[in-house]
Amino acid sequence: MKKEKTSLLRNGAVQSLLASLLCILIGLVVGYVALLVINPAGAGEAILTIIKNFMTYSKSTAQLKYLGSTLVKTAPLLMCSLSVLFAYKAGLFNIGAAGQYVAGVGASLYCALAWGMPWYVCLLAAIVAGALLGAVSGLLKAYCNVNEVISCIMLNWISLYLVNMLLSTVKEEASPYTLTLSSTNPGAIMPSLGLGALFSKNQYVTVAIPLAILVAVVVWVILEKTKLGYELRATGCNKFAAKYCGMKEKENLILTMAISGALASMGAALLYLTGFEQWQCTQSAVPAMGFNGIAAAFLGGLNPLGSILSSYFIQHITNGGAYVDKTMYSAQISDFISALIIYLCGFVLFFKVTLNGYLDRRDEKRKRAEQTAQEGGDAE
Amino acid sequence: MILLLQYTLIFASVLMLVALGGCFSEHSGVINIGLEGIMVMGALGGALMMKFMPAGMPAAGIILLVILAAIALGVLYSLLLAVAAVNFKADQTLVGTAMNLLGTAAATVFVKAMNTAESVDNVSSIIQYIEPKKAFLVNIGSFEFNWFMLVAAVALAVSYVVLYKTRFGLRLCACGEHPQAADSVGINVYKMRYAGVLISGVLGGLGGIVYITAGVSEWKFENGVAGFGFLALAVMIFGQWKPTRIALAALLFGFFRALGNVYTGFDFLKALELPSAVYNMLPYIISLVVLAFTSKKSCAPKAEGIPYDKGQR
Repeated sequence: MKKEKTSLLRNGAVQSLLASLLCILIGLVVGYVALLVINPAGAGEAILTIIKNFMTYSKSTAQLKYLGSTLVKTAPLLMCSLSVLFAYKAGLFNIGAAGQYVAGVGASLYCALAWGMPWYVCLLAAIVAGALLGAVSGLLKAYCNVNEVISCIMLNWISLYLVNMLLSTVKEEASPYTLTLSSTNPGAIMPSLGLGALFSKNQYVTVAIPLAILVAVVVWVILEKTKLGYELRATGCNKFAAKYCGMKEKENLILTMAISGALASMGAALLYLTGFEQWQCTQSAVPAMGFNGIAAAFLGGLNPLGSILSSYFIQHITNGGAYVDKTMYSAQISDFISALIIYLCGFVLFFKVTLNGYLDRRDEKRKRAEQTAQEGGDAE
Repeated sequence: MILLLQYTLIFASVLMLVALGGCFSEHSGVINIGLEGIMVMGALGGALMMKFMPAGMPAAGIILLVILAAIALGVLYSLLLAVAAVNFKADQTLVGTAMNLLGTAAATVFVKAMNTAESVDNVSSIIQYIEPKKAFLVNIGSFEFNWFMLVAAVALAVSYVVLYKTRFGLRLCACGEHPQAADSVGINVYKMRYAGVLISGVLGGLGGIVYITAGVSEWKFENGVAGFGFLALAVMIFGQWKPTRIALAALLFGFFRALGNVYTGFDFLKALELPSAVYNMLPYIISLVVLAFTSKKSCAPKAEGIPYDKGQR
């Protein structure tokens, strides 16, 4: 039988890409409308500023430098989105990426500032802390039937307060911020390997960025090419079927949450060990990074490689929000747009079903037309 | 001691209202993680009403208008979940999470825009309501009675009756247990789910305004409602989706939350010299421990979280 030519639109990857682009487009349009409502005078300029981000600078050296800064913050976001994605593939919704991220901040900064450890030890400490926190949610789900969403949210707040307490011991005298790495322990700053020089001497561009991309590839390989990944995905599709096939669904569940937690907390280390930011010990809200990770994961079509693009995009508009005219708008407008995009991602399934339905009808119509044409030919 | 009782009651009222909202939504078969966002929106509605209402209104009028504003915005916002979950069969957890982020972001953008429009130097996201807030309070001795406590008690009674004693409530529960069976006897599952989510919008919005008027006279909308919506979900689960048990759970959680506000008033607690973060963490830790012990024999509505598909068997 000859293989039927299928429409390009039938391809899953193409559909995901289309859906994501549609989400972005609608998100931006609604964001634009919101800006118009607030103040029609500068709305067009503001939305362009958000989209342009570092390109608002006219000098190319400055552009490169701030592209570097966007990339520095893309690395942790990518890790958080991988964390959400990894858990989602196994049927778990890791809303705790934010808390695991906080745990990573706490572990890495404490190791760096209080104990003066080199950066790789701090990174490892962060990974372990996140894995433990993730495993707690996994254990609660496996043995106590606690919904992972609820337990993760509780753990988010618990870890926020714990980390605030822990890092208060290594903060600056006069401010609520933690000590800087460069003044206390330069050995904890991740090596740049000459990458910084590429971005107009942006000292914060370090090995963290290629490392995050490498992890994305590794996650893709684990999910698609290994037995473990297969089992996790099977458990996600139907945990009863997976159990029936002899997979250890409880152990898989705990392992998934641990790996997922480790990914998010590693992301935190990848940001804070560059010295780009200091932790504010009086922080009263869980950082948005983990939640934006959810946006990036879904916008990337739940594909690790798609996540690379989508996390860059989310970070791009978040950074862009910082450049809008503060006398008219607030920087939170980009949070608003990314939240809208997550909301719209909920409609992706519907979009795909509708698209497939439309394609089915079209194919059927064409087939019927061919048939009648053939019958007409036979009759002659 | 009286202060502790007062704070316990007011926080329990918040938790009870929001948890009952979640209870209605989940009994209809829709998981409502977005309660946090709904609370923010309700709080915003109420706060705006208090800011812009003409001075010199009678107390009853203030209370009524503020409640109506909070409910209106809460319901409107919960429509986002209803449309996505019922009509478009979206992933309810995802949509709920998005609503939480969207609620805080939208409220912040809005309040900041409003403040900046009033005076260019004001870029904060704070709304003040010192004067109108007094309408809600009645002093009985040193106990500050808040009318919202009564509202919460009424909501509890009404919820109990509606859920167990009316045709509507029983039908609602049927849609959360086995929507196909409910549909087969002529109940419109989509309508029921809409009703469930919108009721959660009413109660969630109400809970939001109660929360931001509990103890403080201004609110910084950048902070959202600090995880209270999620705490209410824990209350709901601990309360096993039953109104009466939710009320008890709310009192317990409210007590631990209140402790964080007033622990300095107790000598023996002060003597322990625990950092305030410990008290902030307490409700979350307690809820986690409690959930670990009570979730095993969970009686969650069976069909919650599953989009209803008419064609499915």
